[in-house]
Amino acid sequence: MAINFILVVALLLAALWTVMTARLIRSAFGLALTSAVLAILLFRLDSPMAAVFELSVCAGLIPVIFVTTISLTHRLSQDAFQIRQKERWGKYWYLLVIVVLVGVLLSRRALLPDVPLPVVTHPTDVRIVMWNMHHVDLLGQVAVILAGVFGVVILFKEVKK
Amino acid sequence: MLPLFILVPLFCLILLNVPPKAIVKRPAFWLVAALPLVQVFLTAFHPVAVWDEIRNPFNSYFIFNLSVDALSTVLLLSIGIVVFIAALVGRYTLSGETQRFNFFNLLLVAFLGMNATVMVQDIFALYVFIEVTAVASFILIAMQKDKPALEGAFKYIILSVVATVLMLSSIALIVMAAGDTSFAAVSSAIRAYPASVLVKVAVNLFLCGLFIKAGIVPFHGWLPDAYSAAPSSVSVLLAGIITKVSGVYVLIRMVVTVFGIEQSPQAVLMFVGALSIVAGALAAIGQSDFKRMLAYSSVSQVGYIILGLGCGTPLALAGAVFHLFNHALFKTLLFVNAAAVQEKLGTVDMNKMSGLSVKMPVTGATSVVALLSTAGIPPLSGFWSKLIIAMALWQSGQYAYTIIAVLASVLTLAYFLSMQRRVFFGKLQEGLENLTEARLGLILPAIILAVVTVGVGLAFPIVLDKLILPVQNILK
Repeated sequence: MAINFILVVALLLAALWTVMTARLIRSAFGLALTSAVLAILLFRLDSPMAAVFELSVCAGLIPVIFVTTISLTHRLSQDAFQIRQKERWGKYWYLLVIVVLVGVLLSRRALLPDVPLPVVTHPTDVRIVMWNMHHVDLLGQVAVILAGVFGVVILFKEVKK
Repeated sequence: MLPLFILVPLFCLILLNVPPKAIVKRPAFWLVAALPLVQVFLTAFHPVAVWDEIRNPFNSYFIFNLSVDALSTVLLLSIGIVVFIAALVGRYTLSGETQRFNFFNLLLVAFLGMNATVMVQDIFALYVFIEVTAVASFILIAMQKDKPALEGAFKYIILSVVATVLMLSSIALIVMAAGDTSFAAVSSAIRAYPASVLVKVAVNLFLCGLFIKAGIVPFHGWLPDAYSAAPSSVSVLLAGIITKVSGVYVLIRMVVTVFGIEQSPQAVLMFVGALSIVAGALAAIGQSDFKRMLAYSSVSQVGYIILGLGCGTPLALAGAVFHLFNHALFKTLLFVNAAAVQEKLGTVDMNKMSGLSVKMPVTGATSVVALLSTAGIPPLSGFWSKLIIAMALWQSGQYAYTIIAVLASVLTLAYFLSMQRRVFFGKLQEGLENLTEARLGLILPAIILAVVTVGVGLAFPIVLDKLILPVQNILK
């Protein structure tokens, strides 16, 4: 229970960093970190399938898309970065409060779905879920990472020139 | 055998990038063109039923939950044809060996992504491969890095991300209800709780995501920019097959196989289908950019497919899938024609061209074949698919939608004849006296596609019997 609590706090901090940082690339990295922590939490809560999806989508696929897109943008100067960073904290300080409140609300029984939740029969071992049940997805991950690499090479390398 | 449709392109992709570039740059085209040709041969002449029985060494190491039915076969055939044509057009229109090599690499990524999309049997795997195709498309659109290309790519990725959010939220809700992501588990969970708000929200979120991917009105904002800003070979690929696989095929698969026709909002599907037909056609009339006009025409033609899907009868479904196949053929042909015109004139502004048929007779003649098929003129392939959709609508008592579908065909004919008159007929534009026909690399794909379009129309009973009518079985 204590570990889960620490993970929730780490999750909130990582998510907050993702939103508050003014550097896009750090934001993409923060999102991947948030997803990785959330995946660990889901594993601990006996939802290995959701954890694998979280890990592959938000720590794998989506950062690839973001990094490819960010490679088309110009980097902020140090001065502009510092000004924007201050502005973000001033504008969005209340986000953490909202996230905690929504979390508490969603955890109430009244918000549970109107269908009986199925009994999960999948193996709880992450290795089995990852390697034995989703071979096709793994191929997709490899393909999307290759596409991301091509994206960075094609778009970023020549833009720098 | 089915995993090979994904593994072979992936292997070729690695093969192209491991040896020094100087060695692989030249043969890259032949490799990329050969793969879709083999796929066309397999899907056209090889019975699907025996595919699963053919063993290969990969089966011992990988567990792939893949399956091919009549619907997937039509899509695999269309993917093979359009990817082959895109490779040909890319070879002759992209400048520089490096740009061509990059294009072939991304074409392979999109190829394997689309193949996997039409074969997977799991809602999450489906999402992963839609994204694989989307990432490849986004980079392909932005490849030229000029302002319109970046703007088109940006709009595409933003709306694609919105679609992704909707689909992922839906998958999360579905997993909550079904406990699994396989098509079978999701389907039985949805049928078990037809009145559940959770299930209804999940179904509608997924459908909205797919409306964006398919470019259906009112979610079509990204489509004209992406089609017109991309290089010609990429426009061919996007308009010919990518939006059809990522949006239209997945919509048909989800509505028919996973959600079930009765659980899907048929009235909404028919309404947005009819709206797309009319709005797309009206928007196409006012365009002076050749490629933008074709993009709006795509919105309109996809509307027919959605209208047939929404009707939900076996005949309407067969008509919708037939029109999907035909649209892949004639829209690819029209974009090849646009590529030829752009290559020779350096512009796609229809106000700056007239009488091109005199100097570009093959391009002019093949565009007439494509436009007549799009407008549904007999005996070309587009006529038969529109006729089947109209017949199915009439039989199911949807008289108003039948009339809209038929009248919109007149609109289609109007904007295409207007295009033909402005671009190809009439007096040759001053200053174009030295114009010559496009090179063989652009004429050959146009001739192939025109022959197939006419051939499918003339051999309609055979195509219908062997390829299209079996699609009705997926409703059972």
